[in-house]
Amino acid sequence: MSKDKFDYFIKGEKNNYEVIIGLEVHAQVSSNSKLFSGSATKFGAEPNSQVSLIDSAFPGMLPVINKECINQAIRTGLGLNAKINNNSVFDRKNYFYADLPQGYQISQYKNPIVGEGKVLLDMPYGSKEIGIERLHLEQDAGKSIHDMDPSSTYVDLNRSGIALMEIVSKPDLRSPEEVNAYIKKLRTIMRYLGTCDGNMQEGSLRADVNVSVRQVGDKNFGTRCEIKNVNSIKFMQMAIEYEAKRQVELLDEGKKIEQETRLFDTKKNETRSMRSKEDAHDYRYFPDPDLLPLKIEQKLIDDLKKTLPELPDNKKERFMSDYGLNSYEANVLVSEKEISNYYEEVAKLSDKKLAATWMMGDLFAMLNDKGLNISKSPISAKNFAELIQSIKSGEISGRIAKEVFELMVESGDNPKKIIESKGLKQQSDPKELEKIINEILTKNKDKVDQYKSGKEKLFGFFVGQVMKQSGGKANPQLTNDILKKLLKG
Amino acid sequence: MSEIIKKNLSDIIDLIKKKEIKSEELANLYIDKVNKGKKLNSYITTCFEHTIQKSKEFDKKPNLNSLLPGIPLAVKDLFCTNGFKTTAGSKMLENFIPQYESTVTENLWKEGAILLGKLNCDEYAMGSSNETSYFGNVINPIAKDTVPGGSSGGSASALAADLTPATIGTDTGGSIRQPASFTGTVGLKPTYGLCSRWGIVAFASSLDQAGPMTKSVKDCSIMLEAMAGFDKKDSTSIEKEKENYSKNLKTDIKGLKIGIPKEYRVENMPKEIDELWNKGKSILKDLGADIIDISLPHTKYALPTYYIVAPAEASSNLARYDGVKYGFRSSKGNDLIEMYENTRSEGFGDEVKRRILIGTYVLSSGYYDAYYLKAQKVRQLIKKDFDENFAKVDAILTPSTPSSAFKIGEKTNDPISMYLNDIFTVPVNLAGLPAISVPAGLDKKGYPLGLQLIGKTLDEQNILNVAYAFEKNCNFKNEIKNWWL
Repeated sequence: MSKDKFDYFIKGEKNNYEVIIGLEVHAQVSSNSKLFSGSATKFGAEPNSQVSLIDSAFPGMLPVINKECINQAIRTGLGLNAKINNNSVFDRKNYFYADLPQGYQISQYKNPIVGEGKVLLDMPYGSKEIGIERLHLEQDAGKSIHDMDPSSTYVDLNRSGIALMEIVSKPDLRSPEEVNAYIKKLRTIMRYLGTCDGNMQEGSLRADVNVSVRQVGDKNFGTRCEIKNVNSIKFMQMAIEYEAKRQVELLDEGKKIEQETRLFDTKKNETRSMRSKEDAHDYRYFPDPDLLPLKIEQKLIDDLKKTLPELPDNKKERFMSDYGLNSYEANVLVSEKEISNYYEEVAKLSDKKLAATWMMGDLFAMLNDKGLNISKSPISAKNFAELIQSIKSGEISGRIAKEVFELMVESGDNPKKIIESKGLKQQSDPKELEKIINEILTKNKDKVDQYKSGKEKLFGFFVGQVMKQSGGKANPQLTNDILKKLLKG
Repeated sequence: MSEIIKKNLSDIIDLIKKKEIKSEELANLYIDKVNKGKKLNSYITTCFEHTIQKSKEFDKKPNLNSLLPGIPLAVKDLFCTNGFKTTAGSKMLENFIPQYESTVTENLWKEGAILLGKLNCDEYAMGSSNETSYFGNVINPIAKDTVPGGSSGGSASALAADLTPATIGTDTGGSIRQPASFTGTVGLKPTYGLCSRWGIVAFASSLDQAGPMTKSVKDCSIMLEAMAGFDKKDSTSIEKEKENYSKNLKTDIKGLKIGIPKEYRVENMPKEIDELWNKGKSILKDLGADIIDISLPHTKYALPTYYIVAPAEASSNLARYDGVKYGFRSSKGNDLIEMYENTRSEGFGDEVKRRILIGTYVLSSGYYDAYYLKAQKVRQLIKKDFDENFAKVDAILTPSTPSSAFKIGEKTNDPISMYLNDIFTVPVNLAGLPAISVPAGLDKKGYPLGLQLIGKTLDEQNILNVAYAFEKNCNFKNEIKNWWL
């Protein structure tokens, strides 16, 4: 977070280069059935158990659009502040592959359902707008499995026909860090909307990454290479770094970049050429005659707009104004819908600022440690709020609070109950404290004398003794005050 | 008894309803005739056990209120039939048995009809003579050296030879109307979207339409009523109420305006076709219709437009026949690409390959705008021609074909001359309109010739009525001798 100025440039031997990145993100639409058939879309089902006659392209089978997928694409478009096109067209993208049963993928080519939009990123050096070129709907292909048998390839069509949204960014990204922020932001928006679960391990979110470089100050884009189908943010970042360096080296040597499609080898951490521009497929796109052009009534768009939840950018602003959080805190707390909900529940019942500090500190550390999602947190929002209130009211000290927190994680119990049963309540009665302190001073007469003769460092020793005696429960402020008063006397 | 199967469908239905014949007896009559008529090669598959079993079931509990009570019917082998081989006339699907039923055939069975067999057709419905079928050419019962037309050639031949009381075909560029014309039978291509395409092996999706082929116009109205209807499984299906075509059939066409398009008088058209057309005009005029000369100026572009649009769609529709999932797979080849190449080289016939090549070419980058896109624009102009004229006329009368049935082998090495056979039928498909071919006379060889009536969108009832009135006053008699028995 220390960087307050953008500084991702690649220094070649001769020149300094800027990296230009554009992403084509493939996001699986959250929907119970596929884009053009009624088959289920559950992840991890038995191979070929979610395949209809349509998905496997039997003779005479016809696609029928799933309205829910259309609605999800519109919602996503609205979430990206994008133009929803009242007229769009489904096209066939023709190519042969064993896991593409129709011999074509139904996609949208010239007329996508969603047009230009934008996404706002919060970077340490300020906020940055990334343009969205378009969003279109398309079918996913099946999966070829090459390692089940030494001589045969097996095909699983469970994914065949699942609805994907391809979200194409403008070439506005300039560093792996921005790519990281962009993907996370897209994912946050789609999760808020419930239009894509963003689960990268399950392949719900993947991206083709377009990378080019140009000398700093140059206005024209360089030749780009497309890195296909990268399925984690980390790999995207690694691929970009490798690819940008590769291009810079070539340019510094006076060579040209060939436009091509490359793949990222995650084991060797390098990108390799897949096919050159000359070998590029001719997909022979044409409008799918089995489907009529998609007409979307303005009323549907307006109705869907009304049902949209509060989106992260708006929520962040509200968190800052309503709860007095700073930009960083608000950003973290709106990054996931569940986190923001948890926070709001806690903030309603306790100190807003202290709650934010404790959530982002101890709570997140614990969840991270245990590999848990906040929805699975062993501490409920209500109990967490009570803990915050106990700290705020002085009932327990911050140190004791950490102990109570641990016990809450273990037992899932209410903090009041834990404080009560373990007797962890802070000792805040001045009379009781004075009694304890007097005893300690009497026992340590020699030290009192040394203190009085100028060895003021011994104050810490007395505090320590009081804490020891009280089992850590003595109110630290009160202890300080009483100690000072009595030592003077 | 055996005279019964010479009758029209409507008469046979009456006999069943009057309980003068049982479904099983009828089935046996047809089975006997089909067995005797093998020379015609009109059937690819028969399913007689199924036919007999279903007819017995019908006789036990006859529902006489249905449209096709206990009627055995053979259908073009492009309709998927659950549990029965569906080949599309191709080696690719030689042994393909669907586990589903096409919507159109399902509709027929719901109305009491019973599957008798699957009828030969051009491979994937690509052809105008039924000579491209992997299962051999079909012979027209009119004369032993003539083609029955195509692609629904098996359907037309079987119908004309009384091997089925009625049938259904598909029409992408004339595949119902041209064979109907060649065999002296009635064939109707409905408005695009009236009959569901679900479960029909696709050729060119934006043009394909199923329709009835029958011995009379009345039969045609009954069959259309049974097979048509909205289907939510087909996105291009038209949502509308079912119509009672047979009940509403009438012969009064007084005051109807019939358009005669001058562009259909093509060069080198035999004189007898022109005479037949004139005969048609005068019959309709005598019945009180107004005959009006009209112009459809873009007609001459219809055939080239069709031969861009249809192959383009076909090249994509036929990509699924790759040997991976079902159907034929070549045993040769060392990797996926070789398997594809060998499967498709061995599995498809020459005409199918020709159209896949044309279609792939016209969709290729750099050619798309010049061919496919331009063809789509011309298609709109052709449609506009019809729309403008239908503001002035109620129906359009043209010849169905530029010639009568030609000789087997006569055009097989000349694809252009073969394609020219569809010159009068293709514009209708491009415009998505309904059209019916009715037999109108015989040429000097004694071969039948048909006239085509083109209607407005969803105006099937009107062209059926005109055809009905024409049929009643035309006195056409098909002269089919039983040389093939």
